[in-house]
Amino acid sequence: MTPGVAVVYRWELRKLRSQKRTYLGLGAAAIVPLLFVLALVLRGGESGPRDVAFGRYLHDTGLAVPLVLLLFGSIWMFPLITALVAGDIVASEDHNGTLKTILTRSVDRERIFAGKMLAAMSYAILAIAITGGVALGAGILASGLHPITSLSGTRVSSGRGLVLVGASLLVYLLPILAVASIGLLLSTVTRNSAAAVVGTLMVSLLLQLVGILPGLGALRPYLLSTQFDAWMGCLRTPVDWAPIVRAAWVCPLYAVPSLAAAALVFLRRDVAGG
Amino acid sequence: MSAPPLEVRGLVKRYGDLTAVAGVDLTVEPGDVFGCLGPNGAGKTTLLRMTLGLIRPSAGHVRLFGRDPQLGVAALEGVSGFVEAPRFYPYLSGRANLELLAALDGDGAAGRIDEVLEIVDLRDRARDRVGGYSHGMGQRLGIAAALLRRPRLLLLDEPATGLDPAGMRDMRELIRRLAGQGMTVVLSSHLLAEVEEVCNRVAIIRRGHVVYEGSLAELRRTAGVAYRLRTTDDERAARICAAQPGIAGVAPGAGGGLTFRAESERAVGELSLALAEAGALVLELAPQLATLEDLFFQLTEERPVAVAA
Repeated sequence: MTPGVAVVYRWELRKLRSQKRTYLGLGAAAIVPLLFVLALVLRGGESGPRDVAFGRYLHDTGLAVPLVLLLFGSIWMFPLITALVAGDIVASEDHNGTLKTILTRSVDRERIFAGKMLAAMSYAILAIAITGGVALGAGILASGLHPITSLSGTRVSSGRGLVLVGASLLVYLLPILAVASIGLLLSTVTRNSAAAVVGTLMVSLLLQLVGILPGLGALRPYLLSTQFDAWMGCLRTPVDWAPIVRAAWVCPLYAVPSLAAAALVFLRRDVAGG
Repeated sequence: MSAPPLEVRGLVKRYGDLTAVAGVDLTVEPGDVFGCLGPNGAGKTTLLRMTLGLIRPSAGHVRLFGRDPQLGVAALEGVSGFVEAPRFYPYLSGRANLELLAALDGDGAAGRIDEVLEIVDLRDRARDRVGGYSHGMGQRLGIAAALLRRPRLLLLDEPATGLDPAGMRDMRELIRRLAGQGMTVVLSSHLLAEVEEVCNRVAIIRRGHVVYEGSLAELRRTAGVAYRLRTTDDERAARICAAQPGIAGVAPGAGGGLTFRAESERAVGELSLALAEAGALVLELAPQLATLEDLFFQLTEERPVAVAA
């Protein structure tokens, strides 16, 4: 029987586990929240970014730490961590010549691509989970697990706060997975790991710039960068579903065409390098 | 009648204005050790890439045991090999690389890892990272990876390139051994000695065209028998040779005298008579076997065949 996507996926994960690049990204996902909390503790008192959502509660409850990091991380940290693997996963194999090695075995290109896509997505999900988990743990150690004030000004119990933080991380995955899809497209098309990683980051930054250009306000709700704020809908009382629902259909508008184009290129390309 | 292991018809590959493969026809029969011989850039690797389905032909087709590799990897059942140098994941061990490839092969390939490592003599280094392997070890791991699939047709691109003399000898010995087990082998090479030692049939490729396909013995025969001639007047002898029917490729000999090719022994006899009538007395007239190298250069550079010293 021909091996399926699960076999490819498992091996893609094993390859990721064996590469330093993987740990660079995941290490950053863990260290940044630790350093952030350490800085808060060392500076004490009223320190921290008080002008951003939940910034003023950083010393009141650990629940605020992952939420503040989600805000900061959307600018370049999470897109970069995501791009490190998504932008590399096809291009590096092309560059090293291993693509021809695996494409002449018994698994067809569709399954190879699907396995790589799932691995890149898994890595992005893991990176967000690590940041969220470390930020929450370190935040609770530093500030305790206390109720948090929602964006609507209501007090939310610590138990419900934990659930909302988890939900926020899940919503945050929508634009992150779209970024991973763009990274995969650039990885497949450019066949150059560095170009794909930097390109993915540049696309992400470009969309943020478009969002602040005057006269383009009508576009803003449909920009990928805007979807990075959709999680805030979870932290309103009652939950504001509008940005979440919009993210749920806008993000696939970026992800699906990127993945479809990447798959098309991958399936039809000549493997002539390496 | 079963389909041949490899059949290529009218195969063309163009990259923009460059035609890398220009209408190649080939048939490799079961049990052949078939050499694709040609200088660098002749189109051998492009031909192998199309054979393995890695690139799409611009025209024509490839059939592997009657199956089209462009339709998917199912056509590669019973076929394996490598194009250019075999490539592996440098951060994984040799064994882990083989485990990965065996997983992608299925069909019990994982159970053959020890066996193939033994065949290529890499068992002791199997747990080392491939990044630390020498070029020769990488080539051997490439063969091991190919053998995991229990191929009936093995495609090897320049398998001895970059190896030291002992490594080249071992590689040839391995190919001979695999062929002896009934495997059909297609190898591309620009190393004449490699092809001469292990192949029973060759295709000589020049600028994307097959300029010769057949056995080496037939190649030597078609090239004609070369002769060395020394006379009392070589200058006059050269003019007579050039005008003589059945005589071609007249050139100055390396140690004096002349060399030429004759299409038959009768043509040589008639030449001898003509030389005597013209007063150029024959001092030496001896047949010389052209080497494969001579023939290769003749076919790939359109140069006259020179005789062995």
